[in-house]
Amino acid sequence: MKKYIGTRLIESLAAILVITILVFALTHMSGSPVDALLPQDATQDQIDALVAQWGLDQPLAVQYLTFLKNALAGDFGDSLKWRGYSAMGVVLDRFPQTLLLGGVAVAISVIVAIPLGVMAAMNRNGPLDRGAQIFSLFGQSVPQFWFAILLIWFLAVALQLVPTSGSGSWRHLILPAIAMAWFQIAALSRLTRSAMLDVLDAEYIKLARVKGVREARVVWVHALRNAAVVPLTYFGVLAGSVLTGSVTIETVFSWPGLGWVAIEAIRARDFPVVQAVVVIFAIIYIVSNFLVDILNAYIDPRVRS
Amino acid sequence: MPTSTPVYGPDKMDTPRTSRTLPRAWSELRSWPLIPLAIITLVLLVPGLFADILAPYGPLEIDMRARLQPPVFFGGDWSHVLGTDRLGRDIFSRTLHGAYYAMSISVTGIVVGVVIGTTLGLIAGYARGWADTIIMRLVDISLALPAILLALALAAMFGPSFQSVIAVVVFVLWAYFARQVRAEVLSLRERDFVARARVAGASHFRILRRHIFPNVINTVVVLATLQVGIVISLEASLSFLGIGIPRPTPTWGILVADGRELIVTAWWISFFPGLAILLVVLSVNLFGDWLRNRLDPKTRQMR
Repeated sequence: MKKYIGTRLIESLAAILVITILVFALTHMSGSPVDALLPQDATQDQIDALVAQWGLDQPLAVQYLTFLKNALAGDFGDSLKWRGYSAMGVVLDRFPQTLLLGGVAVAISVIVAIPLGVMAAMNRNGPLDRGAQIFSLFGQSVPQFWFAILLIWFLAVALQLVPTSGSGSWRHLILPAIAMAWFQIAALSRLTRSAMLDVLDAEYIKLARVKGVREARVVWVHALRNAAVVPLTYFGVLAGSVLTGSVTIETVFSWPGLGWVAIEAIRARDFPVVQAVVVIFAIIYIVSNFLVDILNAYIDPRVRS
Repeated sequence: MPTSTPVYGPDKMDTPRTSRTLPRAWSELRSWPLIPLAIITLVLLVPGLFADILAPYGPLEIDMRARLQPPVFFGGDWSHVLGTDRLGRDIFSRTLHGAYYAMSISVTGIVVGVVIGTTLGLIAGYARGWADTIIMRLVDISLALPAILLALALAAMFGPSFQSVIAVVVFVLWAYFARQVRAEVLSLRERDFVARARVAGASHFRILRRHIFPNVINTVVVLATLQVGIVISLEASLSFLGIGIPRPTPTWGILVADGRELIVTAWWISFFPGLAILLVVLSVNLFGDWLRNRLDPKTRQMR
């Protein structure tokens, strides 16, 4: 177990390191980093200060180490679009919004998908199962941004149920959370279903039934507890879909989170903020995958070897 | 990223109970997704190749007198079957041209990604040793990073461009293919025909090219076909966000983005291009399901 954690830890750190190299390389590939990191109207003093801070007159390897050192301290320079704020400050300020949206979306998808998957497995090849399959096929195929626009059209404009965009109240949260949860429900319910079908064939389920355990308890406790390992593996992917989704969904609904900041910063060519977003995204994604893997290894000994 | 990568586990769809009594009816029914699939592909993607000839208008042709016309059964007329946008551009023609871009971008991206991934997978599986270790570490790292990160970084640096979309697609695909191919090569290289070729004095390059590669190409082609849906929706999301293909190229993502603000007054601008994405991705996913059910030994056993 310790060895497994160690290997995964090194892999995760390596992945984060690769992202910093990527970001560093990109700043240099497009010409001078001075152009990327400072506003057009920067004074000579500002340029000198930047060159000194990032060691831009040093060899490339030294520059990278300086960049890495600054990045570890959370310093990516000052935002060009949001004057007077540091790039990392802007990003951290928006982070709770994405966490809220992503958390609600994941909660919705778990609450809907797990029972849906279990019921589909119980109702194998029946109408409910077929319905769930069609739903998940559509859920995985529909383009998220288009679905989000349709939601605005139906629920916000036609039926006037919820606000179209923005943030501030729980009602603003409904549409973006549904739009984000949709794809996750589709994937998660499908996984739960096939995991349940595997488990329901097992001997200990038969034994539980023979012992006279109530069917509901057999399904929802004995079987689901063991089947849940499979969807759990998927939580790593879920973290990725929240991040990716946050960019699309937040843009469509003007939800001021990380994804929205990323797109706004790109439009304004605010490279320091983009750097900070990319690195934070990578860290969130890699850390959540790491935690899921450890949890999996803890639950399922087969993963460790 | 993959904006949205569908999850494929061993699924247990359709286990025909009547396969012995009604073999013919079932074999027809079992192939049912292939029929809609073929129709959708024929109707949506193939005409895209001939968009220049088939489309009644140019994709960027502005006609201010015909602005915001509704589709034909919603108060419009046959001159603009799917309506027009704010500048009087014909939605049908634009969607048709969108099919061309969806196809050309996904084919380019998939070919480049698959060639890189397959080559590295062949090397890793055949050479083993340090080459294998390095390549597989890169695969792990590549799989550990969501594609959106690369997309954001590239867009910030170079602005939206064809090349950055291809780069993102390649980034998503290569590691997956490298891993698949390596796994197959690992078992192939232990087979007798490889040992015989080596005894006969064939060079490593020749063994790879003549004896191993032909054995993996089928899998590679099938897997590559299944990526079309993922790649089309990835490209569409990037273009929608303004970090993919630059405007005014009429890709489906850009077409949906164009109508976003007008969804209430002129829903057709966003609706039809989005529907095209949905249908194409859906048909590819259906095909994937069907294939998996046929190939997955676990499902086969249960019949």
